[in-house]
Amino acid sequence: MSETDFTTALRERFPGVTERPSLDLAAYDCPHGELQDILRYLRDDAGFDMLMDVTAIDAYEESPRFTVVYHLFSTARREYVRIATPCEDDAEPRAPSVADLWPAADWHERETYDMFGITFTGHPDLRRILMWDGYPYFPLRKEFPLAGHEVDLPAPDVAERTGAKVLPAPMMGGPFHSPQKGPMSRREPRADDESWTETREKDAAQALPDGPRDFKHSDT
Amino acid sequence: MSTTTEYGYNSKVEGEVVVSRADAVINWIRRHSVWPMPMGLACCAIELMAAGGSRFDISRFGMEVMRFSPRQSDCMIVAGTVTYKMAEVVRRIYDQMAEPKWVVAMGACASTGGMYRSYAVLQGVDRIVPVDVYISGCPPRPEALLDGMMRLQEKIRNESSTRGLFKDRKARELAYKEA
Ligand code: SF4
Repeated sequence: MSETDFTTALRERFPGVTERPSLDLAAYDCPHGELQDILRYLRDDAGFDMLMDVTAIDAYEESPRFTVVYHLFSTARREYVRIATPCEDDAEPRAPSVADLWPAADWHERETYDMFGITFTGHPDLRRILMWDGYPYFPLRKEFPLAGHEVDLPAPDVAERTGAKVLPAPMMGGPFHSPQKGPMSRREPRADDESWTETREKDAAQALPDGPRDFKHSDT
Repeated sequence: MSTTTEYGYNSKVEGEVVVSRADAVINWIRRHSVWPMPMGLACCAIELMAAGGSRFDISRFGMEVMRFSPRQSDCMIVAGTVTYKMAEVVRRIYDQMAEPKWVVAMGACASTGGMYRSYAVLQGVDRIVPVDVYISGCPPRPEALLDGMMRLQEKIRNESSTRGLFKDRKARELAYKEA
């Protein structure tokens, strides 16, 4: 089936589907409510039997703010298709879960929830997958700084014993720092100023039973 | 007629006795049987495995007995990126290791956070455990690890171990308390 035929067939069946500007794969925008039907049609009738990826886009100040993106693959025809759907509600975004269509969606949706805070309704076990339970932010949202925020360690007893905290990562200097010159596309993704640079010193050497262990190098 | 001349240690003259310092004996024993806890968290762990293989052969230094139980190990080799989520585990394993214990931060990530200037990565494992030797590199070659371990041996050699033995040391409180 050529791409135009496929587009026509899809549009005929789901009039709400529109083509999405894309530089690589065939891509379609689809309305939020019809998502599951469209994906089921693509899986069962159009041969896109494999779910490659679920991710999301944060448009920050626009509305709808969050868009969930699905990449499907047809193992018979070796073709990809990209389906995007806007989320309901900009503050507490929601999208329907497709974990019942592809078991692979389970962890992908958990990751998307972890990073963007999108709730997948009908998901069997929607917990964070990368960050720890109880982490108060969603790191891939646009307002989240690259360096992160200061919060407590996930284990309060370890935090109390070591005095360690989750701190904004130093963004300037350090052993792997490249000069901040040239176009953005050519340099490391770092802050241009030092506003996120860590100011707190590391704790002094922790008390050890034998006192501080001095490294005495002997020549013998 | 052949004569045999005995050089060096002569049991007739010296008896079955060797005179030394307790520190020297204890440190000699400790430094030649460092049992590492392979805390392999990322790519550096591959080089750690290479160091254990026959080509680099860490057993030349008495360190081939990698123990996956903290109770049986002396030296935690933190090989890899320590995320904040994993930091808790690293600290708990450290707490479960019996004294005396040492920590080697292998590679840029374990030493400073390395290239991961990120909201999710602990910027140096020395924020949660006391580190004895830092090894540079991303990843360090097995030779660098061996050099680091030999420096650790040097360090153990210069410790005052007896002081630690006789000091009235209150049992170190474990990081995990009963909830
Ligand atoms: S220092 Fe380099 S090789 Fe080692 S864990 Fe970090 S990124 Fe991987």
